[in-house]
Amino acid sequence: MTQANRKIWAYRRENGRVGVRNYVAILPVDDISNAACEAVANNIKGTIALPHAYGRLQFGADLDLHFRTMIGTGANPNVAACIVIGIEPGWTQRIVEGIAKTGKPVAGFWIEGNGDIATVAAASRKAKEFVHMTSGQVRVECDISELWVAAKCGESDTTTGLASCPTVGNMYDKLIPAGLYGCFGETSELTGAEHLAAARAATPEVREKFMKTWQAYQDDVIEAHKTSDLSESQPTKGNIAGGLTTIEEKALGNLEKIGKKVKFIDVLEPAEAPARGAGLYFMDTSSAAAECCTLQAAAGYVVHIFPTGQGNVIGNPIMPVIKVTGNPRTVRLMPEHIDVDVSGVVRREMTIDQAGDALIECIAQTANGRATAAEALGHVEFVMTKLYRSA
Amino acid sequence: MSVPQLLVHDRKDNVGVVVVEDLKTGTDMLCVVTEDNSDFRLTVRHDVPIGHKVALVDLKVGDTVIKYGQDIGRIVTPVARGEHVHVHNLKTKRW
Repeated sequence: MTQANRKIWAYRRENGRVGVRNYVAILPVDDISNAACEAVANNIKGTIALPHAYGRLQFGADLDLHFRTMIGTGANPNVAACIVIGIEPGWTQRIVEGIAKTGKPVAGFWIEGNGDIATVAAASRKAKEFVHMTSGQVRVECDISELWVAAKCGESDTTTGLASCPTVGNMYDKLIPAGLYGCFGETSELTGAEHLAAARAATPEVREKFMKTWQAYQDDVIEAHKTSDLSESQPTKGNIAGGLTTIEEKALGNLEKIGKKVKFIDVLEPAEAPARGAGLYFMDTSSAAAECCTLQAAAGYVVHIFPTGQGNVIGNPIMPVIKVTGNPRTVRLMPEHIDVDVSGVVRREMTIDQAGDALIECIAQTANGRATAAEALGHVEFVMTKLYRSA
Repeated sequence: MSVPQLLVHDRKDNVGVVVVEDLKTGTDMLCVVTEDNSDFRLTVRHDVPIGHKVALVDLKVGDTVIKYGQDIGRIVTPVARGEHVHVHNLKTKRW
C-alpha cells in the first residue's frame, strides 16, 4: 500500500466530510457570553468551551469575518455537535442556522431576558443530550486523502527551510494528487518569495488574485502601520535567535511547505471554505500562529501541520496540531512539544522523502485518535482575526 | 557520509547554515550542498551558533546575499569568507 492509499479510522459527518475528533463545542457568539459557555462546559463533561475576545459592534467585512469564523468553527467536521450562546437571539440564530446547514446537531441560547443562570441551565441540559448523542459514535474506515490538512510554520529558523518545511511539502506532493485538501497562508511572510509563490498558481486568474491579495497586505497593513523595517516582528526575536536575518530569507523557507509539484487552485479570504475541489489553497492570513490556525480550522481543515525551528508550542481547541522540527537543539531542549523529529535531515541521515513518509504516518495516527503533543499539553489557543476597530 | 557542519541550499548561494551545536572558531567544516549532495570544506572564523549563517565568499557593502538561489538582502558591513552573517551585517531590501 502506498502512503497515499493509506486508510484511517475517522468520523463520517452528515455532509460526507471526515472528522478526526468528536467534540461537543460550546461556542460564544460574543465576549460577554464566554462565562456562560465556560459554565456549561464545566457542568457537562465531554464538552469544550471556545471563549474568545470579540463579537460586539463589529461591522462590514470585519463582521462578515466574525460570522464566517464562528459558523466555520461550529461546522468543522471535528465538531460532532454544537451549542451556541450569545447575548441576544439575532446573531445567535444566524450562527446556529449557518452551522445547521452541515446537518449536525446544533442549538442556540441567549442571555438577555433570561440571565446567565437560566441560560446555563437550559444549555447544559441540551449539551448533556448532545454528549449522549455523539459519544457513542463509532469511527469508520476512510482514506487519508479525504482529510483536509492545513499548514503554517512558526518560531521558524534556518532549519525550517532545510528540513521541516520541505517535509510538509513532500507530504503535500504525495497526498494532494490523491485527493487531499491542503492550505497555506501567512500573506506577509511570503514577502521576498512572492514571485515564487505566484509562479505556483494553477492559472493566470489565480496568480493575479494571489498577487492582488499579497499587494493589498503590503499596502493596507504593513506600509500603512509600520514604524521601522519590522525588525523583531518579522522576523521575530525567536527567528533571529535561530539565525534568520531578513523577511526574504524567512519567506523562502516558509514557501518550502508547498512542495515541488503541486499548484494552488484558489485564493481564499480568511476563514473561507475551499470550494474548487481537492487541491492546495492559499488563504489570506496573518502570520501569527494562533490567528492563522483558527482561520484554517474555521475553513474546515481537520488536521494541522506546524513546522517549527525554535519551538513554537501552539495548539488549537478543535484541530489537532502536529509539530515537526528539524532542529536538533529544539529536539534536545523541548522534546515534549515535538511530534515528528526530522533533525536527521540536517545530519544527512534522513532524506526529505523519508521525512515526508514519517509525517504521513503521524497524520494517520493522529487521524485515528492519537493525541498530539499540543493536545496532551492542553494547548487550545483560539484567536479570532479582527480587521479593524469596532463601531 | 559523515555529519556535515554546514549546509548550503543551492550552488548559487554565497552563504551556508551551521547545523551543529557548539561550533568553534577555526573548525574545518564539512559543507554539503543539499541541491546535488556535493561537498567542500571551509574554515569558520567565528563561534557560530546552530542555525546561523556563514559567508562562503568575501562580501562587500552593497553585495546581495544569495540563499535558496534567491536574493535575501544586502550586505551593510564587509564580511570575509568564513565569517558569521546575521543582523549585524545583512539587512532586508524590503520594508
